[in-house]
Amino acid sequence: MTAKPPKSGAARRQFIFDSAKMVCGVGMLGLGLGLYAKQSKALPALALRPPGALPEDDFLGACIRCGLCVRDCPYNTLELAKPETPVATGTPFFNARNIPCEMCDDIPCIKACPTGALDHSLTDINKAKMGVAVLIDHETCLNFLGLRCDVCYRVCPVIDKAITLDLQPNTRTGRHAMFLPTVHSEHCTGCGKCEKSCVLEEAAIRILPPKLAKGELGKHYRLGWDEKSKAGQSLIDESKMLDLPDRLPEGAVLPGHYDPASGHTESLRGMPGSEAGAIPSLPPGLGGKP
Amino acid sequence: MSAVQGKRTGVEAVAAKGWFRAHKWLILRRISQFSILALFLVGPWFGQWIVKGNLAYSYTLGVLPLTDPYVALQSMAAGHLPETLGLIGMAIVVVFYLLVGGRVYCSWVCPVNVVTDAAGWLRDRLGIKGSVHLGRNTRYWILGMTFIGSAITGVVLWELINPVSMLHRGLIFGMGMAWTVVLAVFLFDLFVMSRGWCGRLCPVGAFYSLIGRWSPVRVAAPKRAACNDCMDCFEVCPEPQVIRPALKGEGKGVGPVILAPNCTNCGRCVDVCAKDVFAFGLRFNNPVSTAQPAVVQTEIK
Repeated sequence: MTAKPPKSGAARRQFIFDSAKMVCGVGMLGLGLGLYAKQSKALPALALRPPGALPEDDFLGACIRCGLCVRDCPYNTLELAKPETPVATGTPFFNARNIPCEMCDDIPCIKACPTGALDHSLTDINKAKMGVAVLIDHETCLNFLGLRCDVCYRVCPVIDKAITLDLQPNTRTGRHAMFLPTVHSEHCTGCGKCEKSCVLEEAAIRILPPKLAKGELGKHYRLGWDEKSKAGQSLIDESKMLDLPDRLPEGAVLPGHYDPASGHTESLRGMPGSEAGAIPSLPPGLGGKP
Repeated sequence: MSAVQGKRTGVEAVAAKGWFRAHKWLILRRISQFSILALFLVGPWFGQWIVKGNLAYSYTLGVLPLTDPYVALQSMAAGHLPETLGLIGMAIVVVFYLLVGGRVYCSWVCPVNVVTDAAGWLRDRLGIKGSVHLGRNTRYWILGMTFIGSAITGVVLWELINPVSMLHRGLIFGMGMAWTVVLAVFLFDLFVMSRGWCGRLCPVGAFYSLIGRWSPVRVAAPKRAACNDCMDCFEVCPEPQVIRPALKGEGKGVGPVILAPNCTNCGRCVDVCAKDVFAFGLRFNNPVSTAQPAVVQTEIK
Protein backbone atom coordinates (compact mmCIF):
# COMPACT_ATOMS: atom_id res chain seq x y z
CA MET A 1 0.00 0.00 0.00
CA THR A 2 1.50 3.30 1.04
CA ALA A 3 5.27 3.46 1.14
CA LYS A 4 6.94 3.38 4.52
CA PRO A 5 7.37 6.82 6.10
CA PRO A 6 10.76 8.10 5.01
CA LYS A 7 13.31 9.36 7.47
CA SER A 8 14.14 12.91 6.46
CA GLY A 9 11.98 15.78 7.70
CA ALA A 10 11.05 17.16 4.29
CA ALA A 11 10.22 13.72 2.97
CA ARG A 12 8.15 13.05 6.05
CA ARG A 13 6.24 16.26 5.52
CA GLN A 14 5.65 15.28 1.91
CA PHE A 15 4.48 11.87 3.01
CA ILE A 16 2.03 13.40 5.46
CA PHE A 17 0.71 15.81 2.84
CA ASP A 18 0.36 13.02 0.29
CA SER A 19 -1.53 10.93 2.81
CA ALA A 20 -3.71 13.90 3.71
CA LYS A 21 -4.46 14.40 0.03
CA MET A 22 -5.55 10.79 -0.30
CA VAL A 23 -7.57 10.76 2.90
CA CYS A 24 -9.39 13.93 1.90
CA GLY A 25 -9.93 12.99 -1.74
CA VAL A 26 -11.02 9.45 -1.07
CA GLY A 27 -12.95 10.67 1.97
CA MET A 28 -14.97 12.97 -0.27
CA LEU A 29 -15.73 10.04 -2.56
CA GLY A 30 -16.65 7.98 0.47
CA LEU A 31 -18.94 10.68 1.80
CA GLY A 32 -20.70 10.92 -1.54
CA LEU A 33 -21.04 7.15 -1.73
CA GLY A 34 -22.28 6.98 1.84
CA LEU A 35 -24.99 9.55 1.21
CA TYR A 36 -25.91 7.72 -1.98
CA ALA A 37 -26.08 4.51 0.04
CA LYS A 38 -28.46 6.17 2.47
CA GLN A 39 -30.65 7.30 -0.41
CA SER A 40 -30.57 3.86 -1.95
CA LYS A 41 -32.27 2.48 1.13
CA ALA A 42 -35.42 4.36 0.16
CA LEU A 43 -37.09 1.61 -1.81
CA PRO A 44 -39.97 2.88 -3.97
CA ALA A 45 -43.30 1.74 -2.55
CA LEU A 46 -44.22 -0.33 -5.59
CA ALA A 47 -40.89 -2.18 -5.87
CA LEU A 48 -41.26 -5.43 -3.96
CA ARG A 49 -38.44 -7.64 -2.75
CA PRO A 50 -38.51 -11.44 -3.21
CA PRO A 51 -40.08 -13.57 -0.45
CA GLY A 52 -37.99 -13.81 2.70
CA ALA A 53 -36.08 -10.61 1.92
CA LEU A 54 -34.56 -8.97 4.96
CA PRO A 55 -35.75 -5.48 5.87
CA GLU A 56 -34.38 -3.01 3.32
CA ASP A 57 -31.63 -1.72 5.61
CA ASP A 58 -30.22 -5.21 6.06
CA PHE A 59 -31.01 -6.37 2.56
CA LEU A 60 -28.60 -3.93 0.92
CA GLY A 61 -25.81 -5.18 3.16
CA ALA A 62 -26.50 -8.86 2.64
CA CYS A 63 -27.41 -9.05 -1.05
CA ILE A 64 -24.39 -9.42 -3.33
CA ARG A 65 -26.39 -8.74 -6.52
CA CYS A 66 -25.69 -12.08 -8.18
CA GLY A 67 -29.14 -12.58 -9.66
CA LEU A 68 -29.47 -16.27 -8.75
CA CYS A 69 -32.97 -15.62 -7.38
CA VAL A 70 -33.86 -14.01 -10.70
CA ARG A 71 -32.61 -17.06 -12.57
CA ASP A 72 -34.39 -19.62 -10.44
CA CYS A 73 -37.76 -17.86 -10.44
CA PRO A 74 -39.89 -20.00 -12.79
CA TYR A 75 -42.20 -17.12 -13.64
CA ASN A 76 -39.60 -14.45 -14.50
CA THR A 77 -41.13 -12.34 -11.80
CA LEU A 78 -37.89 -10.92 -10.52
CA GLU A 79 -35.46 -8.59 -12.20
CA LEU A 80 -32.20 -6.94 -11.20
CA ALA A 81 -32.35 -3.18 -10.86
CA LYS A 82 -30.55 -1.30 -13.60
CA PRO A 83 -28.61 1.85 -12.77
CA GLU A 84 -31.50 4.08 -13.82
CA THR A 85 -34.08 2.14 -11.78
CA PRO A 86 -34.89 3.85 -8.47
CA VAL A 87 -33.89 0.66 -6.65
CA ALA A 88 -30.32 -0.02 -5.44
CA THR A 89 -28.40 -1.09 -8.56
CA GLY A 90 -28.23 -4.81 -9.17
CA THR A 91 -30.64 -5.83 -6.44
CA PRO A 92 -33.66 -8.04 -7.23
CA PHE A 93 -37.20 -6.69 -7.12
CA PHE A 94 -40.54 -7.13 -8.78
CA ASN A 95 -43.48 -4.99 -9.66
CA ALA A 96 -46.71 -6.74 -8.81
CA ARG A 97 -48.70 -5.00 -11.54
CA ASN A 98 -46.28 -6.44 -14.13
CA ILE A 99 -45.66 -9.96 -12.85
CA PRO A 100 -46.77 -10.94 -9.34
CA CYS A 101 -45.17 -13.62 -7.19
CA GLU A 102 -46.78 -16.99 -7.82
CA MET A 103 -45.89 -18.22 -4.32
CA CYS A 104 -44.10 -21.46 -5.27
CA ASP A 105 -44.31 -24.06 -2.50
CA ASP A 106 -40.58 -24.81 -2.70
CA ILE A 107 -39.56 -21.10 -2.86
CA PRO A 108 -36.70 -21.61 -5.37
CA CYS A 109 -35.57 -17.98 -5.14
CA ILE A 110 -34.68 -18.36 -1.48
CA LYS A 111 -32.93 -21.68 -2.09
CA ALA A 112 -30.80 -20.09 -4.81
CA CYS A 113 -29.66 -17.18 -2.66
CA PRO A 114 -25.98 -17.60 -1.62
CA THR A 115 -26.34 -15.07 1.16
CA GLY A 116 -28.74 -14.38 3.99
CA ALA A 117 -30.41 -11.60 1.99
CA LEU A 118 -33.35 -13.97 1.46
CA ASP A 119 -34.06 -15.59 4.79
CA HIS A 120 -33.42 -19.33 4.36
CA SER A 121 -35.45 -20.12 7.46
CA LEU A 122 -38.61 -19.17 5.58
CA THR A 123 -39.88 -22.50 4.28
CA ASP A 124 -43.62 -21.84 4.22
CA ILE A 125 -44.45 -19.38 1.45
CA ASN A 126 -47.71 -18.53 3.20
CA LYS A 127 -45.64 -16.88 5.91
CA ALA A 128 -43.90 -14.59 3.41
CA LYS A 129 -44.32 -10.86 3.90
CA MET A 130 -43.37 -9.19 0.65
CA GLY A 131 -45.80 -6.43 1.43
CA VAL A 132 -49.44 -5.96 2.34
CA ALA A 133 -52.32 -5.52 -0.07
CA VAL A 134 -54.23 -2.31 0.51
CA LEU A 135 -57.52 -1.46 -1.15
CA ILE A 136 -56.22 1.98 -1.66
CA ASP A 137 -58.97 3.64 -3.67
CA HIS A 138 -62.51 3.36 -2.36
CA GLU A 139 -63.79 5.68 -5.06
CA THR A 140 -63.00 3.55 -8.09
CA CYS A 141 -63.07 0.01 -6.72
CA LEU A 142 -66.01 -1.58 -8.50
CA ASN A 143 -67.17 -3.38 -5.39
CA PHE A 144 -67.26 -0.10 -3.54
CA LEU A 145 -69.47 1.20 -6.35
CA GLY A 146 -71.87 -1.61 -5.47
CA LEU A 147 -70.88 -3.95 -8.34
CA ARG A 148 -69.76 -7.53 -7.98
CA CYS A 149 -66.26 -7.47 -9.49
CA ASP A 150 -64.64 -9.57 -6.74
CA VAL A 151 -61.62 -10.31 -8.95
CA CYS A 152 -59.01 -9.50 -6.30
CA TYR A 153 -60.84 -11.70 -3.85
CA ARG A 154 -61.14 -14.58 -6.33
CA VAL A 155 -57.47 -14.61 -7.40
CA CYS A 156 -56.09 -14.35 -3.89
CA PRO A 157 -54.05 -17.51 -3.17
CA VAL A 158 -55.09 -17.15 0.43
CA ILE A 159 -58.74 -16.52 -0.41
CA ASP A 160 -61.13 -15.94 2.51
CA LYS A 161 -58.21 -15.39 4.83
CA ALA A 162 -56.09 -12.63 3.29
CA ILE A 163 -59.05 -11.06 1.50
CA THR A 164 -62.66 -11.42 2.61
CA LEU A 165 -65.78 -9.75 1.28
CA ASP A 166 -67.48 -7.77 4.00
CA LEU A 167 -71.12 -6.96 3.51
CA GLN A 168 -72.30 -3.41 3.96
CA PRO A 169 -75.67 -1.92 3.10
CA ASN A 170 -75.65 -0.03 -0.17
CA THR A 171 -77.15 3.28 0.88
CA ARG A 172 -77.23 4.52 -2.71
CA THR A 173 -79.79 1.96 -3.83
CA GLY A 174 -81.15 1.40 -0.40
CA ARG A 175 -81.83 -2.24 -1.15
CA HIS A 176 -78.54 -3.93 -2.08
CA ALA A 177 -75.41 -4.97 -0.31
CA MET A 178 -71.88 -3.88 -1.09
CA PHE A 179 -69.29 -6.64 -0.94
CA LEU A 180 -66.23 -4.82 0.24
CA PRO A 181 -62.90 -6.59 -0.30
CA THR A 182 -61.15 -6.44 3.04
CA VAL A 183 -57.50 -7.35 3.52
CA HIS A 184 -56.36 -9.13 6.65
CA SER A 185 -52.70 -8.35 6.95
CA GLU A 186 -51.81 -11.32 9.13
CA HIS A 187 -52.60 -13.65 6.21
CA CYS A 188 -51.55 -11.46 3.26
CA THR A 189 -48.15 -12.44 1.82
CA GLY A 190 -47.93 -9.47 -0.53
CA CYS A 191 -47.72 -11.70 -3.59
CA GLY A 192 -49.50 -9.07 -5.64
CA LYS A 193 -51.92 -11.25 -7.58
CA CYS A 194 -54.76 -8.97 -6.52
CA GLU A 195 -52.94 -5.90 -7.79
CA LYS A 196 -52.04 -7.66 -11.02
CA SER A 197 -55.61 -8.71 -11.69
CA CYS A 198 -57.46 -5.54 -10.66
CA VAL A 199 -59.58 -4.76 -13.71
CA LEU A 200 -59.21 -0.99 -13.47
CA GLU A 201 -56.83 1.04 -15.61
CA GLU A 202 -54.91 1.78 -12.44
CA ALA A 203 -55.21 -0.84 -9.75
CA ALA A 204 -57.40 0.16 -6.82
CA ILE A 205 -55.73 -2.51 -4.69
CA ARG A 206 -51.97 -2.37 -4.37
CA ILE A 207 -49.19 -4.04 -2.46
CA LEU A 208 -47.43 -1.62 -0.17
CA PRO A 209 -44.54 -2.13 2.21
CA PRO A 210 -45.98 -3.04 5.63
CA LYS A 211 -44.39 0.11 7.00
CA LEU A 212 -46.56 2.21 4.70
CA ALA A 213 -49.64 0.04 4.83
CA LYS A 214 -50.03 -0.55 8.52
CA GLY A 215 -50.88 1.63 11.45
CA GLU A 216 -49.62 0.62 14.85
CA LEU A 217 -51.38 0.83 18.19
CA GLY A 218 -49.50 2.25 21.11
CA LYS A 219 -47.69 -0.47 23.03
CA HIS A 220 -49.86 0.22 26.06
CA TYR A 221 -53.13 -0.19 24.20
CA ARG A 222 -55.40 -3.01 25.31
CA LEU A 223 -58.62 -3.82 23.53
CA GLY A 224 -61.24 -4.21 26.24
CA TRP A 225 -63.21 -6.87 24.42
CA ASP A 226 -60.09 -8.93 23.78
CA GLU A 227 -59.02 -8.71 27.39
CA LYS A 228 -62.53 -9.56 28.48
CA SER A 229 -62.64 -12.71 26.36
CA LYS A 230 -59.14 -13.66 27.49
CA ALA A 231 -60.12 -13.29 31.13
CA GLY A 232 -63.48 -14.97 30.55
CA GLN A 233 -65.23 -12.14 32.35
CA SER A 234 -65.32 -8.43 32.61
CA LEU A 235 -62.20 -6.98 34.14
CA ILE A 236 -64.15 -4.47 36.21
CA ASP A 237 -67.02 -4.79 38.60
CA GLU A 238 -69.87 -3.83 36.31
CA SER A 239 -72.20 -3.24 39.21
CA LYS A 240 -70.09 -0.24 40.20
CA MET A 241 -69.93 1.15 36.69
CA LEU A 242 -71.02 4.75 36.29
CA ASP A 243 -73.14 5.64 33.31
CA LEU A 244 -72.43 9.23 32.37
CA PRO A 245 -75.09 11.33 30.66
CA ASP A 246 -75.59 10.88 26.93
CA ARG A 247 -76.37 13.86 24.78
CA LEU A 248 -79.26 12.99 22.52
CA PRO A 249 -80.85 14.87 19.64
CA GLU A 250 -83.56 17.27 20.66
CA GLY A 251 -86.72 15.48 21.66
CA ALA A 252 -85.24 12.03 21.38
CA VAL A 253 -85.63 9.69 24.24
CA LEU A 254 -83.51 6.69 24.94
CA PRO A 255 -84.81 4.64 27.81
CA GLY A 256 -82.19 4.05 30.41
CA HIS A 257 -80.16 7.09 29.55
CA TYR A 258 -80.07 10.42 31.16
CA ASP A 259 -79.73 13.54 29.04
CA PRO A 260 -79.62 16.82 30.91
CA ALA A 261 -80.62 18.81 27.81
CA SER A 262 -83.57 16.68 26.78
CA GLY A 263 -85.98 18.10 29.21
CA HIS A 264 -86.46 14.73 30.79
CA THR A 265 -85.40 15.29 34.30
CA GLU A 266 -85.38 11.76 35.47
CA SER A 267 -83.54 8.88 34.09
CA LEU A 268 -85.47 5.70 33.81
CA ARG A 269 -84.38 3.12 36.23
CA GLY A 270 -84.55 -0.55 36.13
CA MET A 271 -83.46 -0.81 32.51
CA PRO A 272 -80.62 -3.05 31.41
CA GLY A 273 -77.28 -1.58 32.39
CA SER A 274 -78.69 0.52 35.15
CA GLU A 275 -79.13 -2.03 37.84
CA ALA A 276 -79.16 -1.30 41.52
CA GLY A 277 -79.69 2.36 41.02
CA ALA A 278 -76.03 2.91 40.34
CA ILE A 279 -76.73 5.65 37.84
CA PRO A 280 -76.72 9.03 39.46
CA SER A 281 -79.55 11.20 38.37
CA LEU A 282 -77.22 14.09 37.89
CA PRO A 283 -73.78 14.72 36.60
CA PRO A 284 -71.51 15.00 39.60
CA GLY A 285 -71.10 18.51 40.96
CA LEU A 286 -74.11 20.12 39.30
CA GLY A 287 -76.37 19.95 42.25
CA GLY A 288 -79.95 18.75 42.21
CA LYS A 289 -82.42 19.32 39.46
CA PRO A 290 -86.09 19.59 40.19
CA MET B 1 6.15 7.98 -26.96
CA SER B 2 6.01 5.49 -29.74
CA ALA B 3 4.03 7.91 -31.87
CA VAL B 4 6.66 10.59 -31.38
CA GLN B 5 9.35 8.25 -32.55
CA GLY B 6 7.22 7.30 -35.53
CA LYS B 7 7.30 3.70 -34.38
CA ARG B 8 4.31 1.78 -33.11
CA THR B 9 4.68 -0.37 -30.04
CA GLY B 10 5.32 -3.99 -30.93
CA VAL B 11 6.37 -3.47 -34.56
CA GLU B 12 9.78 -4.94 -33.85
CA ALA B 13 8.26 -7.96 -32.18
CA VAL B 14 5.96 -8.58 -35.14
CA ALA B 15 8.91 -8.32 -37.49
CA ALA B 16 11.03 -10.65 -35.38
CA LYS B 17 8.47 -13.23 -34.30
CA GLY B 18 5.52 -12.91 -36.66
CA TRP B 19 2.10 -11.44 -35.86
CA PHE B 20 0.71 -14.45 -34.04
CA ARG B 21 3.63 -14.99 -31.71
CA ALA B 22 3.72 -11.24 -31.06
CA HIS B 23 0.05 -11.38 -29.98
CA LYS B 24 -0.11 -14.84 -28.47
CA TRP B 25 -0.96 -13.92 -24.89
CA LEU B 26 -3.23 -11.10 -25.96
CA ILE B 27 -5.23 -13.53 -28.08
CA LEU B 28 -5.34 -16.11 -25.31
CA ARG B 29 -6.50 -13.43 -22.90
CA ARG B 30 -9.28 -12.26 -25.19
CA ILE B 31 -10.34 -15.86 -25.71
CA SER B 32 -10.42 -16.31 -21.95
CA GLN B 33 -12.40 -13.12 -21.35
CA PHE B 34 -14.94 -13.79 -24.07
CA SER B 35 -15.27 -17.50 -23.28
CA ILE B 36 -16.10 -16.71 -19.67
CA LEU B 37 -18.61 -14.14 -20.80
CA ALA B 38 -20.03 -16.63 -23.30
CA LEU B 39 -20.49 -19.22 -20.57
CA PHE B 40 -22.58 -16.70 -18.66
CA LEU B 41 -24.52 -15.78 -21.79
CA VAL B 42 -25.54 -19.17 -23.20
CA GLY B 43 -28.07 -19.42 -20.39
CA PRO B 44 -30.01 -16.24 -21.00
CA TRP B 45 -29.49 -16.35 -24.77
CA PHE B 46 -30.03 -20.01 -25.61
CA GLY B 47 -31.62 -21.46 -22.50
CA GLN B 48 -28.69 -23.79 -21.88
CA TRP B 49 -27.77 -23.14 -18.28
CA ILE B 50 -24.10 -23.81 -17.71
CA VAL B 51 -23.38 -20.86 -15.48
CA LYS B 52 -26.01 -18.92 -13.56
CA GLY B 53 -25.38 -15.58 -11.95
CA ASN B 54 -22.61 -13.09 -12.59
CA LEU B 55 -19.11 -12.28 -11.40
CA ALA B 56 -20.36 -11.45 -7.89
CA TYR B 57 -21.54 -15.02 -7.46
CA SER B 58 -22.10 -17.78 -9.95
CA TYR B 59 -23.23 -21.35 -9.82
CA THR B 60 -21.88 -23.65 -12.52
CA LEU B 61 -23.74 -26.81 -13.56
CA GLY B 62 -25.30 -27.00 -10.14
CA VAL B 63 -22.01 -27.99 -8.51
CA LEU B 64 -19.45 -25.20 -8.59
CA PRO B 65 -20.13 -22.05 -6.58
CA LEU B 66 -17.84 -19.07 -7.16
CA THR B 67 -18.11 -15.94 -5.06
CA ASP B 68 -16.33 -12.65 -5.53
CA PRO B 69 -14.49 -12.36 -2.21
CA TYR B 70 -14.35 -8.57 -2.45
CA VAL B 71 -18.13 -8.23 -2.64
CA ALA B 72 -18.60 -10.90 0.02
CA LEU B 73 -16.14 -9.15 2.35
CA GLN B 74 -17.96 -5.85 1.95
CA SER B 75 -21.15 -7.68 2.84
CA MET B 76 -19.42 -9.13 5.89
CA ALA B 77 -18.18 -5.66 6.84
CA ALA B 78 -21.82 -4.60 6.63
CA GLY B 79 -22.58 -7.34 9.14
CA HIS B 80 -23.86 -10.22 7.03
CA LEU B 81 -22.33 -13.65 6.56
CA PRO B 82 -22.99 -15.47 3.26
CA GLU B 83 -24.66 -18.88 3.25
CA THR B 84 -22.58 -22.05 2.99
CA LEU B 85 -22.40 -22.10 -0.81
CA GLY B 86 -21.39 -18.47 -0.83
CA LEU B 87 -18.58 -19.16 1.61
CA ILE B 88 -17.37 -22.22 -0.30
CA GLY B 89 -17.39 -20.19 -3.51
CA MET B 90 -15.37 -17.52 -1.80
CA ALA B 91 -12.77 -20.03 -0.62
CA ILE B 92 -12.43 -21.54 -4.10
CA VAL B 93 -11.88 -18.14 -5.71
CA VAL B 94 -9.37 -17.03 -3.07
CA VAL B 95 -7.34 -20.24 -3.39
CA PHE B 96 -7.38 -20.03 -7.19
CA TYR B 97 -6.08 -16.48 -7.25
CA LEU B 98 -3.60 -17.19 -4.48
CA LEU B 99 -2.03 -19.60 -6.96
CA VAL B 100 -2.29 -17.81 -10.31
CA GLY B 101 -1.95 -14.25 -9.10
CA GLY B 102 -4.89 -12.12 -8.04
CA ARG B 103 -4.77 -9.69 -10.88
CA VAL B 104 -5.17 -12.49 -13.37
CA TYR B 105 -8.79 -11.61 -12.62
CA CYS B 106 -8.17 -8.18 -14.12
CA SER B 107 -6.49 -9.28 -17.31
CA TRP B 108 -8.09 -12.66 -18.00
CA VAL B 109 -11.63 -12.34 -16.61
CA CYS B 110 -12.77 -8.77 -16.05
CA PRO B 111 -14.90 -7.40 -18.90
CA VAL B 112 -13.82 -3.82 -18.19
CA ASN B 113 -10.28 -4.80 -19.15
CA VAL B 114 -11.41 -4.98 -22.76
CA VAL B 115 -12.82 -1.47 -22.46
CA THR B 116 -9.75 0.08 -20.85
CA ASP B 117 -7.37 -1.81 -23.16
CA ALA B 118 -9.33 -0.37 -26.07
CA ALA B 119 -8.99 3.10 -24.56
CA GLY B 120 -5.26 2.58 -24.05
CA TRP B 121 -4.83 1.34 -27.60
CA LEU B 122 -6.78 4.27 -29.04
CA ARG B 123 -4.87 6.71 -26.85
CA ASP B 124 -1.66 5.33 -28.30
CA ARG B 125 -2.98 5.41 -31.87
CA LEU B 126 -4.23 8.98 -31.57
CA GLY B 127 -1.03 10.01 -29.85
CA ILE B 128 -2.90 11.61 -26.97
CA LYS B 129 -0.40 13.13 -24.58
CA GLY B 130 -0.81 14.42 -21.11
CA SER B 131 -2.62 12.78 -18.30
CA VAL B 132 -3.99 13.92 -14.99
CA HIS B 133 -1.68 12.59 -12.33
CA LEU B 134 -3.01 10.40 -9.60
CA GLY B 135 -0.95 8.06 -7.48
CA ARG B 136 -1.17 4.36 -8.20
CA ASN B 137 -1.87 3.71 -4.54
CA THR B 138 -5.15 5.68 -4.76
CA ARG B 139 -6.99 2.42 -5.39
CA TYR B 140 -5.88 1.03 -2.02
CA TRP B 141 -7.28 4.07 -0.27
CA ILE B 142 -10.53 3.57 -2.15
CA LEU B 143 -10.43 -0.12 -1.25
CA GLY B 144 -10.09 0.73 2.43
CA MET B 145 -12.82 3.34 2.14
CA THR B 146 -15.26 0.80 0.67
CA PHE B 147 -14.76 -1.54 3.63
CA ILE B 148 -15.09 1.19 6.23
CA GLY B 149 -18.01 2.69 4.31
CA SER B 150 -19.75 -0.68 4.09
CA ALA B 151 -19.35 -1.10 7.83
CA ILE B 152 -20.75 2.37 8.54
CA THR B 153 -23.64 2.41 6.07
CA GLY B 154 -24.52 -1.29 6.26
CA VAL B 155 -24.65 -1.34 2.45
CA VAL B 156 -22.34 -3.26 0.09
CA LEU B 157 -20.92 0.10 -0.82
CA TRP B 158 -18.84 -0.30 -3.95
CA GLU B 159 -21.56 -2.33 -5.66
CA LEU B 160 -23.67 0.81 -5.80
CA ILE B 161 -21.40 2.20 -8.51
CA ASN B 162 -18.95 -0.57 -9.48
CA PRO B 163 -18.54 -0.31 -13.28
CA VAL B 164 -17.16 -3.87 -13.40
CA SER B 165 -20.32 -5.44 -12.04
CA MET B 166 -22.49 -2.96 -13.91
CA LEU B 167 -20.98 -4.00 -17.24
CA HIS B 168 -20.99 -7.72 -16.54
CA ARG B 169 -24.45 -7.68 -14.99
CA GLY B 170 -25.64 -5.47 -17.81
CA LEU B 171 -24.46 -7.89 -20.48
CA ILE B 172 -26.17 -10.81 -18.77
CA PHE B 173 -29.25 -9.34 -17.11
CA GLY B 174 -29.94 -6.31 -19.28
CA MET B 175 -27.82 -3.23 -19.80
CA GLY B 176 -30.18 -0.34 -19.14
CA MET B 177 -28.15 2.82 -18.68
CA ALA B 178 -25.09 0.90 -17.44
CA TRP B 179 -23.43 1.58 -20.79
CA THR B 180 -23.09 5.23 -19.80
CA VAL B 181 -20.90 4.23 -16.86
CA VAL B 182 -18.79 1.99 -19.10
CA LEU B 183 -18.47 4.76 -21.67
CA ALA B 184 -17.41 7.13 -18.89
CA VAL B 185 -14.63 4.74 -17.88
CA PHE B 186 -13.54 4.46 -21.53
CA LEU B 187 -13.46 8.22 -22.07
CA PHE B 188 -11.78 8.77 -18.71
CA ASP B 189 -8.96 6.43 -19.70
CA LEU B 190 -8.79 7.86 -23.20
CA PHE B 191 -8.74 11.58 -22.50
CA VAL B 192 -8.31 12.22 -18.79
CA MET B 193 -5.91 9.72 -17.34
CA SER B 194 -3.75 7.16 -19.08
CA ARG B 195 -4.49 3.73 -17.59
CA GLY B 196 -6.57 5.66 -15.08
CA TRP B 197 -9.34 3.25 -14.15
CA CYS B 198 -7.60 -0.11 -13.83
CA GLY B 199 -4.23 1.34 -12.90
CA ARG B 200 -5.18 3.88 -10.26
CA LEU B 201 -8.80 3.82 -9.18
CA CYS B 202 -10.43 0.41 -9.34
CA PRO B 203 -10.56 -1.13 -5.83
CA VAL B 204 -11.51 -4.50 -7.29
CA GLY B 205 -8.11 -4.80 -8.91
CA ALA B 206 -6.50 -3.47 -5.75
CA PHE B 207 -8.22 -6.16 -3.74
CA TYR B 208 -7.15 -8.93 -6.11
CA SER B 209 -3.59 -7.63 -6.11
CA LEU B 210 -3.54 -8.24 -2.37
CA ILE B 211 -4.81 -11.81 -2.80
CA GLY B 212 -2.12 -12.51 -5.37
CA ARG B 213 0.62 -10.88 -3.32
CA TRP B 214 2.55 -14.15 -2.96
CA SER B 215 1.24 -16.12 -5.90
CA PRO B 216 3.74 -18.50 -7.49
CA VAL B 217 2.79 -17.86 -11.14
CA ARG B 218 4.70 -14.79 -12.34
CA VAL B 219 6.03 -13.09 -15.40
CA ALA B 220 9.81 -12.94 -15.32
CA ALA B 221 12.59 -11.49 -17.43
CA PRO B 222 15.01 -14.43 -17.49
CA LYS B 223 16.74 -13.13 -20.62
CA ARG B 224 16.96 -9.56 -19.37
CA ALA B 225 20.54 -9.41 -20.53
CA ALA B 226 19.20 -9.37 -24.09
CA CYS B 227 17.11 -6.23 -23.49
CA ASN B 228 17.85 -3.54 -26.07
CA ASP B 229 15.92 -0.81 -24.26
CA CYS B 230 13.33 -0.43 -27.00
CA MET B 231 10.82 0.45 -24.24
CA ASP B 232 7.98 -1.45 -25.92
CA CYS B 233 7.24 -3.42 -22.75
CA PHE B 234 6.92 -0.20 -20.73
CA GLU B 235 4.68 1.22 -23.44
CA VAL B 236 2.36 -1.71 -23.54
CA CYS B 237 2.25 -2.58 -19.86
CA PRO B 238 -0.82 -1.41 -17.92
CA GLU B 239 1.34 -1.24 -14.78
CA PRO B 240 4.76 -0.26 -16.18
CA GLN B 241 6.22 0.45 -12.75
CA VAL B 242 6.27 -3.30 -12.01
CA ILE B 243 8.73 -4.09 -14.83
CA ARG B 244 11.71 -1.96 -13.90
CA PRO B 245 12.90 -3.75 -10.74
CA ALA B 246 12.99 -7.10 -12.49
CA LEU B 247 14.19 -5.98 -15.90
CA LYS B 248 16.83 -3.57 -14.63
CA GLY B 249 17.67 -5.34 -11.39
CA GLU B 250 20.87 -6.91 -12.57
CA GLY B 251 23.71 -5.67 -10.42
CA LYS B 252 21.31 -4.47 -7.71
CA GLY B 253 20.69 -7.89 -6.35
CA VAL B 254 17.16 -8.07 -7.72
CA GLY B 255 16.11 -11.23 -9.48
CA PRO B 256 14.33 -11.29 -12.85
CA VAL B 257 10.87 -12.28 -11.53
CA ILE B 258 8.28 -9.50 -11.49
CA LEU B 259 7.14 -9.69 -7.88
CA ALA B 260 5.08 -6.52 -7.70
CA PRO B 261 1.50 -7.48 -6.81
CA ASN B 262 0.08 -5.15 -9.42
CA CYS B 263 1.45 -7.15 -12.34
CA THR B 264 -1.72 -8.53 -13.92
CA ASN B 265 0.01 -11.50 -15.58
CA CYS B 266 -1.41 -10.30 -18.87
CA GLY B 267 1.69 -11.35 -20.78
CA ARG B 268 1.72 -8.37 -23.15
CA CYS B 269 5.37 -7.76 -22.32
CA VAL B 270 6.10 -11.34 -23.35
CA ASP B 271 4.33 -10.75 -26.65
CA VAL B 272 5.76 -7.39 -27.44
CA CYS B 273 9.42 -8.09 -26.79
CA ALA B 274 11.33 -8.79 -29.96
CA LYS B 275 14.18 -10.26 -27.93
CA ASP B 276 11.98 -12.68 -25.97
CA VAL B 277 13.25 -11.29 -22.71
CA PHE B 278 10.07 -12.13 -20.80
CA ALA B 279 8.41 -15.43 -20.07
CA PHE B 280 5.85 -16.87 -17.67
CA GLY B 281 7.44 -18.72 -14.80
CA LEU B 282 7.38 -19.36 -11.08
CA ARG B 283 8.40 -16.87 -8.45
CA PHE B 284 10.81 -19.35 -6.88
CA ASN B 285 12.98 -19.43 -9.96
CA ASN B 286 14.47 -16.05 -9.16
CA PRO B 287 18.27 -16.02 -9.17
CA VAL B 288 19.85 -12.72 -8.20
CA SER B 289 21.87 -12.64 -11.39
CA THR B 290 20.91 -13.72 -14.89
CA ALA B 291 23.78 -11.88 -16.54
CA GLN B 292 25.73 -13.27 -19.40
CA PRO B 293 29.43 -12.54 -19.01
CA ALA B 294 29.36 -9.85 -21.71
CA VAL B 295 26.70 -7.68 -20.08
CA VAL B 296 27.66 -5.06 -17.59
CA GLN B 297 25.01 -2.90 -16.02
CA THR B 298 26.00 0.28 -14.32
CA GLU B 299 23.30 2.02 -12.38
CA ILE B 300 23.62 5.15 -10.33
CA LYS B 301 20.51 5.37 -8.24
